[in-house]
Amino acid sequence: MMLEATRPAMTEQSGPLQPVVVAARNGLPGKKDLTVTKAEDGTDWAGLLVRVRDRQDKAAFAQLFRHFAPRVKGFLMKSGAGAALAEECAQDVMATLWQKAHLFDPARASVSTWVYTIARNKRIDALRKDRRAEPEELDWGPEPEPDQAEAMEAQQDTERLGQALAQLPAKQRALIERAFYGDLSHSEIAAETGLPLGTIKSRIRLALDKLRHHMT
Amino acid sequence: MTIRHHLSDPLLMAYAAGQLPEAFNLVVATHVSLCDECRSRLGAFDAVGGALIEEVDEISMGEAALDAALSRIDGLPQATRAEPLKSAGIFPAPLADYIGGDLSAVRWRRIGGGVKQAILPTGSNASARLLYIPAGTAVPDHGHRGLELTLVLQGAFTDANDRFGRGDIEIADEELEHTPVALAGQDCICLAATDAPLRFRSMLPRLAQPLFRI
Repeated sequence: MMLEATRPAMTEQSGPLQPVVVAARNGLPGKKDLTVTKAEDGTDWAGLLVRVRDRQDKAAFAQLFRHFAPRVKGFLMKSGAGAALAEECAQDVMATLWQKAHLFDPARASVSTWVYTIARNKRIDALRKDRRAEPEELDWGPEPEPDQAEAMEAQQDTERLGQALAQLPAKQRALIERAFYGDLSHSEIAAETGLPLGTIKSRIRLALDKLRHHMT
Repeated sequence: MTIRHHLSDPLLMAYAAGQLPEAFNLVVATHVSLCDECRSRLGAFDAVGGALIEEVDEISMGEAALDAALSRIDGLPQATRAEPLKSAGIFPAPLADYIGGDLSAVRWRRIGGGVKQAILPTGSNASARLLYIPAGTAVPDHGHRGLELTLVLQGAFTDANDRFGRGDIEIADEELEHTPVALAGQDCICLAATDAPLRFRSMLPRLAQPLFRI
């Protein structure tokens, strides 16, 4: 199970900072200020995650954490988790993001989408205590070189989807939210979203074909 | 391998939303492992979740949260290439993981007419099992109270007018009374999941049903 291995004793979090961590945080803006702010538009999230993956870059991780952790916490609380559990799970999600950064393919998903999938699995794990089978990972080679243009497209897809979501009639939007916040059973879920998913599907399909071509 | 029978949009969306029973998750993940078309469609539904994560009201993390996260990842193995789950013979990785190996690791039980099955351990709101149907054999005629997914892993079966080969998925609901017949040539192995007990039309399988949990 994906998150099983990422759950060290929680006491570690209240302990004193280790010197190496302090060193890693030098030069980071914001210090302990975790007040939530909207991220500047155009932040290259995929680029930051690639820095985490390739260089174990903690400053990049901190930037991702500031943006995504409060969103994951908000998502989990909307899904029915209490504040303490949501906070703990958001920590787990961010630790998984660090640990599994090598599985992130910027051509196939935006960082937001990838974070969502980790958070969703964490929710199943924590709230439903169910096991969730995941599709076989596609190995994208020993030296994955993310295509900058593809990565930008994936991020723009997510942004456009957000705009489309905002423009949906309230009723329709509420149905989608209820499905994703775990408020509908599988037999109640209707897939008529009114969202432009076809273009996203086609782009991912192209990326997969390219990947398959590369693998053979 | 050409897959002609795919997952439905509602199933993909429910899987993306994390709302399927465990047994259905297994079938969806196994099909997606074999089918890039459904992997792409799933990616689009996952992206809806990504858009929602961006829209959701943020809730501030505790004051020491970032420090805690930084000290925690310090103790974690760095982002190296972990060994991903592997496929085993005809079983794609997620299924091989449930079975704990390839075909030789399956513990079959005979259920009559040469047909064998192996129940897989999943949550109780839906059940999953492997079916082994000798070439040319019919699975007893049955209808459904709920939803049944059948994914072909080896060989092929026909049902009414359709043919289902490796990777194809049959989605059967309460409307469908069917008699899948394994095609000649190769024994057929399927992964099937249902959220309700099957009901058989003839007496003998019905009596056997509680016994074999089918």
